[in-house]
Amino acid sequence: MLSLPLLLQEAHAAYEPILPAWILLLPLIGAVVNGVGAFNWRGNKAIPSIVGPAAVIGAFAIVVVNFLAMRAAAPHDPAIVSLWTWMSAGDLRIGVDLQFDQLSMLMLLVVTGVSSVIHVYSVGYMREDPGYSRYFAYLNLFVFFMLILVLGANFAITFVGWEGVGLCSYLLIGFWYENREFASAGKKAFIVNRIGDFGFLVAMFLVFVHFGTLNYETVFAAAPAALAYGGAVVTAITLFLFLGCTGKSAQIPLYVWLPDAMAGPTPVSALIHAATMVTAGVYLVARTSVLFAMAPVSQAVVAAVGAGTALLAATIATQQYDIKKVLAYSTVSQLGYMFVAVGIGAYTAGIFHLMTHAFFKALLFLGSGAVIHAMHHAYHEVHSHEDPNDMRNQGGLRRFMPITFATMWIGTLAISGIFPLAGFFSKDEIIWYTGAYGYGILWGIALVAALLTAGYMTRLMVMTFHGENRTGADAEPHLHEVPAVMWIPLAILAVLSIVGGWVNIPDALPVLPAVHALHDWLHPVFEPARGILEAHGLHDAHSSPIGGGEAMWAGISTVAAAVVIILTFRALVHRTWKPAADSTEPTGLAGVLYNKWYVDELYDRTIVLPLLALWRGCWRIVDAGLIDGSINGLAAGTRAVGWIGSLFQTGRVATYMFYFVTGVLVILATFLL
Amino acid sequence: MSFFESHWVLTVLLLLPLAGAVACLFAGKDEAKHVALVTSIAAFLLSLPLFWVFREGTPAIQNYVSIPWIGQWGIAYTVGVDGISLLMVLLTTFIMPMAILGSYSYIKRQEPTYYAMLLLLMTAMIGVFIALDMFLFFLFWELMLIPMYFIIGVWGGERRIYAAIKFFLFTAVGSLLMLVAIVTLVYLYYRQYGVVTFAYNDLVELPVTRSAQFWLFSAFALAFAIKVPLFPVHTWLPDAHVEAPTAGSVILAGVLLKMGTYGFLRFAMPFFAYAATSDVVVYTILTLSLIGIVYGAWVAAVQPDAKKLVAYTSVAHLGFVMLGLFALTSESIQGGILQMVNHGISTGALFLLIGMLYERRHTRLIEDFGGIAKVMPFFAFAFVVVALSSIGLPGTNGFVGEFLILIGTFRTHPVAAVIAATGVVFAAAYMLPMVQRVLYGPVEDEENRELTDIGLRERIVLLPALAMIVLIGVYPGPFLEKTSASVDALLQQIEMRASQAPLEPLGTDVRFDHMPILGVDED
Repeated sequence: MLSLPLLLQEAHAAYEPILPAWILLLPLIGAVVNGVGAFNWRGNKAIPSIVGPAAVIGAFAIVVVNFLAMRAAAPHDPAIVSLWTWMSAGDLRIGVDLQFDQLSMLMLLVVTGVSSVIHVYSVGYMREDPGYSRYFAYLNLFVFFMLILVLGANFAITFVGWEGVGLCSYLLIGFWYENREFASAGKKAFIVNRIGDFGFLVAMFLVFVHFGTLNYETVFAAAPAALAYGGAVVTAITLFLFLGCTGKSAQIPLYVWLPDAMAGPTPVSALIHAATMVTAGVYLVARTSVLFAMAPVSQAVVAAVGAGTALLAATIATQQYDIKKVLAYSTVSQLGYMFVAVGIGAYTAGIFHLMTHAFFKALLFLGSGAVIHAMHHAYHEVHSHEDPNDMRNQGGLRRFMPITFATMWIGTLAISGIFPLAGFFSKDEIIWYTGAYGYGILWGIALVAALLTAGYMTRLMVMTFHGENRTGADAEPHLHEVPAVMWIPLAILAVLSIVGGWVNIPDALPVLPAVHALHDWLHPVFEPARGILEAHGLHDAHSSPIGGGEAMWAGISTVAAAVVIILTFRALVHRTWKPAADSTEPTGLAGVLYNKWYVDELYDRTIVLPLLALWRGCWRIVDAGLIDGSINGLAAGTRAVGWIGSLFQTGRVATYMFYFVTGVLVILATFLL
Repeated sequence: MSFFESHWVLTVLLLLPLAGAVACLFAGKDEAKHVALVTSIAAFLLSLPLFWVFREGTPAIQNYVSIPWIGQWGIAYTVGVDGISLLMVLLTTFIMPMAILGSYSYIKRQEPTYYAMLLLLMTAMIGVFIALDMFLFFLFWELMLIPMYFIIGVWGGERRIYAAIKFFLFTAVGSLLMLVAIVTLVYLYYRQYGVVTFAYNDLVELPVTRSAQFWLFSAFALAFAIKVPLFPVHTWLPDAHVEAPTAGSVILAGVLLKMGTYGFLRFAMPFFAYAATSDVVVYTILTLSLIGIVYGAWVAAVQPDAKKLVAYTSVAHLGFVMLGLFALTSESIQGGILQMVNHGISTGALFLLIGMLYERRHTRLIEDFGGIAKVMPFFAFAFVVVALSSIGLPGTNGFVGEFLILIGTFRTHPVAAVIAATGVVFAAAYMLPMVQRVLYGPVEDEENRELTDIGLRERIVLLPALAMIVLIGVYPGPFLEKTSASVDALLQQIEMRASQAPLEPLGTDVRFDHMPILGVDED
């Protein structure tokens, strides 16, 4: 007979996902309804306003129920929901399988939660747009694919989401497709991402050849025995996967698409290009942590690329004038931090920063959207064609938009790592472990980039909200705060940006209670990878590379960030900028940074243009020249022979008689001689 | 045996378009298209039950019949389908109504002859896929040439004569060599067993000596490679596509190119298994396929003419199919077959879409458009979906085929698979710029401002393709299940025949196995 505790334990272990398919179906239905609406009831604003957000909020509600159920059950193994067989050929069998574990659950919460807020905000932001219904169709579709990405129980299903979110990103970046530049930005995003997807594909081929399956659980369980630690195969798999990550998560060398992606509507930038899609690469490394843990070379590459990207993007952010460009480079930089974390094996720290970043970066982007909304409206009223995004045209907005002003400062402090906001805990954890695990150089880079972060964010706040208004005397009276449907989302995200970090408070900090909620939650997922790392000498030095404990360095970094903020503020607050139209391009180092280290130009010169020349050559020289030339030449030769032959066909009997007689004579001659 | 399990369904499928063609000739100028449409839809509906009646899990030939025709030469009316030919027949009957309905407003002269040609072509195409007698096969193979020649040459664009002759000469050269190879094969069989036969199932049993295999394989391969088309014998294709009327392009891309890949699968590979699996042949064809994939994409990317661009994408896509076939794995061959279907649907739809633009603007130059999404939103929607299918976005049919090809190829030729996978990037690099330049940006040309979105008839033409793009992309199971037994059996046969291929002619007692026939050899 089973004892009661055992029965309870059994009940405990049994977590069954609740309405799993509906998490995906609701956003899909939303996308279809809004898509039909985009053709058939384009003027109707009510249906998209309700269906769009409701589809996502509904999914969020189901996710919350599932989260509570999972928390109660605390399962050790993932729950797999198999929907149908997707592909089956030869030895390959790929199911449409969804994986519910602590990692995917956290991602579900972040994705559907932040999406819900941004969908509501969009109702205010996009209401006047003629493509309102189409917008929500794309945005719902994005959520659908993002959830597939997160829920996929094998590489192939994740890849469906992976490319699907790329498609939605493409569609939304080019949402205002009549603008040629915007459409180009979408195209660039897609093509650059495809380079990364190529890596993802090759990684899948390698996994399949070595494991005979693409299912995560099977692969991860078999990997330690099937592949050599640090061997060529696991290194190749992880490096190809990481190539995919550099595309999707905008890291060196494929980050160039993300700043251009700001062409999309601002809520899209907040949702796709800050909070969710671009973190997919971090998620993928965390998801495949077992493989990365077995490949120290790949780990080092991930961490180094992350740190390099964090620094590079931060330097560029300091000299941008487009408010969204600053935030875009900031995002690239923060993603770099996350890669540092998952690269060095601090997976929870990486996911932690992914989560808090989703809150404060979504907040910052939505705040910038509010600014742009107000600026656009003001310029629209006076028929001005000035750039509403350019911070040189802003300034002093705090008087017109107090809520946006206050919430954006919260976001700024959070991203700068000021105690006790969310970014303080998550970023500090990354920086700390980078040092404690012995990555001295990366630790230094991360610290410098953190100070740059505080600097460029303060510059953004000063230029936008402080000082004198530079919008223009006629436009200025039209500036005003955004409606409630837009500022309430800001307020929600501001709260999350404050408290979001409190789920994980290190033991080392004095006074505060230690909280391990996130670590404990993710423990079952990262346990195998951490086991491999620790077996192969992952060592926590409990001190920074130059000495000092966690509490000390947390204190130093937050104080340093505060100092940078104050100094930047004081240096810039009384400075006067000319409006964008009267400004000249910066020169010197500022010019180099303003021009993004000329990386786009470098890519154009060394890759894009030579390729196009090669392609034209293939067409003109090989196809039209060589192949068709020789074939047409053959035809011409045949015709020439025919023409020569036709010369003998004069049509006169006398000529033919001549041939005949000559022929007879020749024959006779051969016989006789 | 019910009608749909017997050969009658196939025989009626052959005769119905033929009868329709005759009816078209006698129909009035305005009625011919309706006659053709009704005929093709009837043929489609007739073929559709085959999909369900067909028995999966067996490589056996089904709906088989062999009726002696020219007895003393061993020529018979032998038809039947296995999983591979079944999908090809259904692809043909699926594409034809789209092509015909898509011609309604495009063709404005000599309609009766035009539609008669289309239906004659349909008979020939179905014939090629179901014929299991080499004489019958060759008859249909050549019969295809004639209507296509006229469709391009009479109803085509400005350089139609050049394109038609080029198409004809390229194909005819290949066919001639294949004819010689067929006759040689029949002669070898006669010398071995003293019987004259053109029956596929007899000839496939013949153990051809290794050295002879190379010559005979080459002759077949050239004919099929031109049809596919493989680099460097692909240059007839862009010209033929650009000059052909929309329906011609749709059929050319949708069905005719598959004759080449089907020919490799059905004839060249099992007949001459030793040659087909030899290193020199495999590496040659893999290399040419890779060139097709990469080079085709490159050249496509710089085309100013939208139709020519799509034509070059066919070179790339069919390169994928050939890669899959000659990687010789179950996954890659099944992927290849599925990709034949996918390419037919997606590229057919692309040509239909470009044809719709051409009918409105009488230009195919990409630069003449821009901002079309604004004036033709539904067209833009369809165009984007089809373009995404063409570049193999997951969730569309194109991904399933390419993925199976690549992952299967990776098992035997990893380097080739990796090179081919770069085609995924290049595909985005040729398709998205075209999408952008045609659909996006401001409407600058005044003529484009006046364009009307596609109407009901055009939507009906496109909807089946759009539905299949998603259906196969999400749930390809029923299609893969059709081919899996046939492909596995084919791979086994190829492997066995290759290892047993003799150096010298063998005695009369040695034969390879033939394809089992449902109701005769098993069941």
